[in-house]
Order: sequence, then structure tokens, then C-alpha cells
Amino acid sequence: MSDFFIRMLCISYNFIHYVKPSLELPGLFSVVRMRIASSADSSSNNSRSQMIMADSGSSDEVAVICNTDITSTESENNLINTMVERGTALLKKMEISVAEADKRTGKNTVNMQETYTVYLIETRPAESVSEEGTPAAPDTLWRRYSEFELLRTYLLVTYPYIIVPPLPEKRAEFVWHKLSADNLDPDFVERRRVGLENFLLRLASHPVLSNDNIFFLFLTEEKGWREAVLETGFQDKADSRLKSLSAMFRVKNPDKRFTALKHYSEDLSTVISQLLRIRARVADRLYGVYKVHANYGRVFSEWSAIEKEMGDGLQSAGHHMDTYAASIDDILEEEEHYADQLKEYLFYTEAVRSVCRKHELIQYELEMAAQDLSYKKQQKEELETGTVRIFSLKGMTSKLFGQETQEQRESKVAALEQSIQEGEDALKEKNAESQEFVEKAWNDIERFNEQKEKDLREALISYAIMQISMCKKGIQVWSNAKECFNKM
Amino acid sequence: MSVGAPRGLASSGQKLITEILHPLSAAEEPLSPGPDVTISAEKDKEPGLTNGTPVEISSPASASVLLSRLQLDGDPEADAHDPFGSGEPRDLFVTVDDPKKHVSTMETYITYRVSTKTTRIEFDLPEYSVRRRYQDFDWLRIKLEDSQPTHLVPPLPEKFVMKGVVDRFSEEFVDTRMKALDKFLKRVADHPVLSFNPHLNAFLTAKDLNKRQGLALLTKVGESVKNVAGGYKLRARPAEFCAMGEYLDTFSQKLGTIDRIAQRILREQSEYLTELREYGAVYSTWAGSEEQLQRPLEGVAGCVTTSCGALEDLSDNMSQDFLPVLREYILYIESMKNVLRKRDQVQAEYEGRLEAAVLRKQEDRTPIPVEVEKCQDKVECFNADLKADWERWQRNKRQDFKHLLTGMADKNISYYEKSQAAWESLITLLQEKQTEDKTSETN
Repeated sequence: MSDFFIRMLCISYNFIHYVKPSLELPGLFSVVRMRIASSADSSSNNSRSQMIMADSGSSDEVAVICNTDITSTESENNLINTMVERGTALLKKMEISVAEADKRTGKNTVNMQETYTVYLIETRPAESVSEEGTPAAPDTLWRRYSEFELLRTYLLVTYPYIIVPPLPEKRAEFVWHKLSADNLDPDFVERRRVGLENFLLRLASHPVLSNDNIFFLFLTEEKGWREAVLETGFQDKADSRLKSLSAMFRVKNPDKRFTALKHYSEDLSTVISQLLRIRARVADRLYGVYKVHANYGRVFSEWSAIEKEMGDGLQSAGHHMDTYAASIDDILEEEEHYADQLKEYLFYTEAVRSVCRKHELIQYELEMAAQDLSYKKQQKEELETGTVRIFSLKGMTSKLFGQETQEQRESKVAALEQSIQEGEDALKEKNAESQEFVEKAWNDIERFNEQKEKDLREALISYAIMQISMCKKGIQVWSNAKECFNKM
Repeated sequence: MSVGAPRGLASSGQKLITEILHPLSAAEEPLSPGPDVTISAEKDKEPGLTNGTPVEISSPASASVLLSRLQLDGDPEADAHDPFGSGEPRDLFVTVDDPKKHVSTMETYITYRVSTKTTRIEFDLPEYSVRRRYQDFDWLRIKLEDSQPTHLVPPLPEKFVMKGVVDRFSEEFVDTRMKALDKFLKRVADHPVLSFNPHLNAFLTAKDLNKRQGLALLTKVGESVKNVAGGYKLRARPAEFCAMGEYLDTFSQKLGTIDRIAQRILREQSEYLTELREYGAVYSTWAGSEEQLQRPLEGVAGCVTTSCGALEDLSDNMSQDFLPVLREYILYIESMKNVLRKRDQVQAEYEGRLEAAVLRKQEDRTPIPVEVEKCQDKVECFNADLKADWERWQRNKRQDFKHLLTGMADKNISYYEKSQAAWESLITLLQEKQTEDKTSETN
């Protein structure tokens, strides 16, 4: 379920008042629509039966969206409820949201005062209705961004074959000039809040990650969570994995599928970066075009002062020009949602590349183990048959300094046999590990691909809806202005 | 064709100024046959003498015009359909079109076809078609200004263009200029006084416009008005002409500002367009590395491209249709201000002479000379003509700007409509695919 994008769609619909009764909406969306229409009823049982009855809409229902004033919390709840349909055990149990953001000051690791933002995580049992019919109070705790980072690092290490959902960006990038690149800017903080909530929902809806205990504790245990994470000992695995990831190694028989995936994710990363950069420039230019029109407002007003019959028409037209110029602010603010959707997948490509590299590492280790085993076997063979096939220092020295005794040779063979046995066990283990990794990884990769297709398609749809809304606003304003001109 | 004595509209503009008798003088102008119609209701539309003497319209063509006007109900919406008219049915239609390049050893230039259709008896034929170049239009304008100094002659598009900066033979430039020449001629043809000027007649009908042809007398007279009264200082300009001057100054300023704003918007739009093109191209690139998402992404790229095309149309229209009209009005305003200055000079001369004459009368009882009275006539006629033209100009200005600004609004609406249509068809496409996928999933 593409929850994030459904939410964006809902919010867009709210802003846009997009009414097209003839439009065939997909089944999921009509479900959400029904949910919104019955906003007073928070019981998911009722809503589920309503969901079943809902079919792709009549114009009445579509109109309801436009008139219903849904708060973002409500729409988020709606989304979580719809995910229950195909949900994980975790989501069946609880609703999760990142409700607020707040500023704190405290001492950091080097004992200096710093200001940082904390986010309020709310969890609520999924079917919580008290007798009066109001939802029960949620459990809450505060987390800062670095704790989210810790959680993610833990998951990356513990589930190397899983494409772990990315966090929203730490610093604002790809900004167009009017947007602030300041981390403490309220708009940035708000978008980050949304991004963090999305992150948690992605985890909560993941078939594997949602069952992780540390994740559960992250949501429920404010104190002592850090210790719990460190106790898992993931740091050691992390360190060794990190070292090997940064080392240069070459795999002899790379898995073609993983190579293709790696290249695809590199391409995707490049193209999305490009897109985000240019989009920011486009936003800048569009801002300029709209804002200059405010000057028309001023000059029409001044001109109307010296006119008799034309005065009123000019003056009102001038007001519309001001409206036009002001409208770009909201338009571009909305477009930031689209940029955030793209950014999520930009960061996702890193996660994909990370899985590919981990596979490469396992493959490499497997190849090394196999190589090591075959080398040992050859050594044993040599010792047994007395032939020196492999050029080795031992071989040379034995040639120079005489053969070993029978005893020495036998003990060497015995040692080698043991080593070979260990090597075969190790190889079997590595093989199993590799196979398990590949199986789990491809499972997740397929899940990810499906999710990506859906999410990006819906992102494009919501982008198109935004463009249509912008066009409609433009037509509205210029039509109003034209009416005023006609009255001149 | 013969250019006889100008036929008599009794308004000052057609007659030689020296021939106009004082309205209270004994000798009467023989009134030509024609219905004796009092058109006091139309006084503000027709040039008339300020003392209220009804204007006799002598030419039969104009008489029939009058008659038909009286028969028809006064149509207040006439202006809406006829932006250049003052509500009269027109009997002179002119068009400028069909530009052609002429290359000779001496020079290269463009000529335009000037077509005329008319029922006026001043014209021998009902239809004419001649070729004229900008020089000819310029000649006509100078002649009109000289021979009708008390009237407002519409402006021409700018004469000189810097070679190398603007391509004088580019389609856009020629087209813009042609539209402006067409408008100039239509305004002249529409003017109740200017349209009967013999120079206009020659311009519209002569195969070869011999620009040195006769009418030197008129030219001299024109000059005499221009070079009037050096040294006479204007005492008291009537309030209404002061108001006109102030209005023109402010209006000109505002138009200048609008011109600058429009140019700025064009610049911003151009830069936006550049970025937008690149933006669309990235979606195409992306589509290349996707499977399921290929069509949606190509779709987005297509919508962006369509929007780019629509934006280009909008910008072209603004620079070719909107800005030239704006600039032409600024020139029009300059003409108007010139006429106001001339009026001031005529009044100043009169006041000066009057003062001198009064003083002499006081001294030695010399009666006020006729010249002084003639000056007074000049002033009054000028004022009357100017007021009439001003009203006409204001009406036309209102229509022109209504037309211009609604046009601008229309073009913007059209741009957004094209863009919206593209995006809407994309959504249909994308959601079709979605329902396809959904049904295949549930199956």
C-alpha cells in the first residue's frame, strides 16, 4: 500500500477541490474516500464494512472530499486504517504517528550546549474506542533525529538483505532560493516530521522489519532504548561489515541479477538527482514570472485614478493580478511534497546499492572459501603423492634440504585433512548463507520494485493533479481579470 | 485625379483658415443643398462651432449618413462592435496587407497593398488597390498634420530601426509594422474630418504617388500655424486643456510602466521556458531506464513539452501584439501633446495681439483690427476641434485598451487551458493503467 502517497493525494484533493465525477478511481482510493466521508466514525469495524461496500465513486462522494475539512491527523489515521487490509501484525495492533516537533537544548557529547529538535511519536492500540466513542489517549515518547539514525543503522546491520527504508534528509538540499536551507526553519521541520512518520510507517508495514523487537522498543520505550540497541552487539557486526564494505575486492563470478540491479540503482540515483536540481531551478523561474505580475496590480491601481469610466474595471483587475502573484507561494509549497517523494526514492537507491554490495561481499567470501578449500586439497594431494605441482616454498626447500620423514608427512596430512574438513564445513556454511541471503534479498527486492512502481506512479499522478490545479487557478484569475477588463 | 476646391464641411478643418468668416459677420456662406437638420443631440460628436451654430453637412454622402443615423435607433453598443467608429455607419473601408519585398540596385524595401472600398462620391471608383511603402505613409501623415493642424493625427509606427539590432525584413517585424500601418489608416479613414482630406484620397487612389504634387498653399498655411507667434506667452490656459495635459502626462507614464512590466515578464517567461525544456528532457531520460514506469514518465515529458509550446505562443503573442499597441499609444500621446502645444501657441498669439490692439484703441481709438478677430476664430475653432477629437480619442482609447487587455487575459487563459488539457489526459492514461493492474491483481 502506498500510504504516503495516498495521504498526499488526500491532502492534494483537499487543497485542489478537484472534482471530476467521471473519473474512474482505483479501488483503494475509493476506500479512502469512504473513510474520509465518515470522518466522525473512528471505529475501524464500521469503516471496514463501509469499505467493502464502496465502489468507484459517484459524484456525490467526490464532492464530499472537497467540502470535508480533514485534519492531517485524521487523514493519516485513515491511511493507517486502510493499510490494515493488507497489514503486518504490528499495524494490526497499533496506530503509529509522529505528531509534533519541538525544540530542546542540552549538552551534547563534547559537553557543549546545542539546540536540537525532538519529535513526538504517538502510538495507539489499533481498535481503541472507549465507551463514549472517542479514541483512547495515545502513548507518547520523544525522539530526536540521531535516534532514528541509530535505529536505521541497527536495522541495516541486522538485516543486510533487506532494502531498509531511508530517513528524510538531514539537511535541506535541492532547495530553490525562497526555501530556507536552515534546519531549524519551521517548514523544514514540518516536512521532516512528515518524512519521519513515513519512515516509521514504512518499517511498520514491512513484512520482516515490522517484527523486529528493537523497532518495537523504539516506539514504546523512551528510556533505556539506546542501551538495548547497544546490547544486541550489532556494533561489532557493523564495524566488521563497514570495514569490508569499504575495502576493494573483486568478485570473479558476479551475479548478473545483482549487477543489473546495481547499475539500475545508479542510473536512478543520477536521474532523480538531476530531476530535483532542475525542478528547483524551474520553481525559481516560475516564482519570478508570477511575482512580477504584482506590478501590474500596482500600475493598474495608479492608472485607474486618472480614469473615469475605465477606473473601476482597472482597479478590480489590478486586485486579481495581486491575487495571481500571491498564488505561487502555495503552489510551490505543495510541489515540495512531490520533491520529497522523489527524494525518498533517491535515498532508497542508496539502500539498494548497499544490499548489492553486501551480496558482493558474501559472494567474495564464498569464492575465497572455495578457493581456500581447493588449495588445501591440492596441498594434501601433493603431500600424499609426493609430487610438487604447486610451486611453493615448502616444495623448494624440501627439494633443497631433503625430504621430510614419514612421520612428519603423516602428521601434516592429518592436519590438512582436519583443515579441509573445517574448510568444507565453512564452505557449506557460506553457501547456505549466500543462498539464504540471495533468496531473502530477492524477495525483498521484488517487494520493493512493486512498491516503487506503485509509489512513483501515484507520485506522478499527484504531480499531474497539482499541475491541473495550478492551471485551474490561473484560468480562474485571468477570467476574473478579463471580466473586469470587459467592464472598462 | 482632380483635386478641386475642398468641398464644404463647414467645420474649420476643411477650409482654409483665412476663409472662415466670423460666425456673426454679415456675409453668409452659401449653404449647399441638403436637409436642414439640427443635430444638437450629436453636438459633442460632430465638430462644431463653439457658439452652437448647427453644422450643415453639405455632401450628399454625409447627408445620407445623417439620415440613416436618424432612422436607426441610437446604438449605444456600436462602440463595442466598431472600436474605431463613433457609431456612424461607415462608407470608407481601408485595409493594409500583403507585404512584399522589393529589391533594386539602390535599395531594398517592403511595400504593402492598400485596399479601399467606398461609396463616397469624392472617390471616382468604388474600389482601389495600390501598393505603398512606409515612406508613403510618412508622407501622408506629414501632409495631414500640416493641412489639419487643429486635429489629432494618429501616429505611425516608429520610422527608424537600428540596422543590426532589428531585422527590418523579418516576418515578425514586417507583420507588426503592417498591423500598425493598418490601424493608422483605419483611424484616419474613420475620422470625420481627416478622412475627407485630399491627400488621403491621393494616397488611396493614385497609381504613382507624386509626393511633390500641388497643395503647396495648404502647406504654407500649415507652416504658418506651426511657426506662429514666437514670443507670445500664454496667459491662462483653460482648465479643460490643463486637465488634458496632465492626464496625458500621467497616462503616458503609466503606459511606460506597463511596457516595462510586460517586457520583464517576457524575460522571466523566457528563462522559465529554458529550464522547463530541460526538465521535460530528464523525464524522457528516466523513462529510458524504466519498464512499467516508462509510459507514465514519457507522458509527463509530453505534458511538459506541450506546456512549453503553449508558453511560447503566449510570449510570442505578447511581444507581437500587445507591446506594439502599447508603444503606439505612447506615440499617440506625444502627438496629442503636440497638438495641445500648438493650441496654446494659437491662443497665446491671439491674447498677445488682442492686448496690443486694446492698448492702441485706448490710445488713439483705432478699432480692433480684423486680424485679431480672426485670431479669436482660430482659437475657438482649434478648441472646438480639439475637444471633439479628444472625446473621440478617449472613446477609442477605451475600446482599444479594453480590447488589448481582454486579449492579454484571453491568451493567458488559452495557455493554461492547453496545459490543463495535456495533464488531464495524462491522468486518465495513468489511472487506466492503475485499474488494469488492480483487476489483474485480484484475478
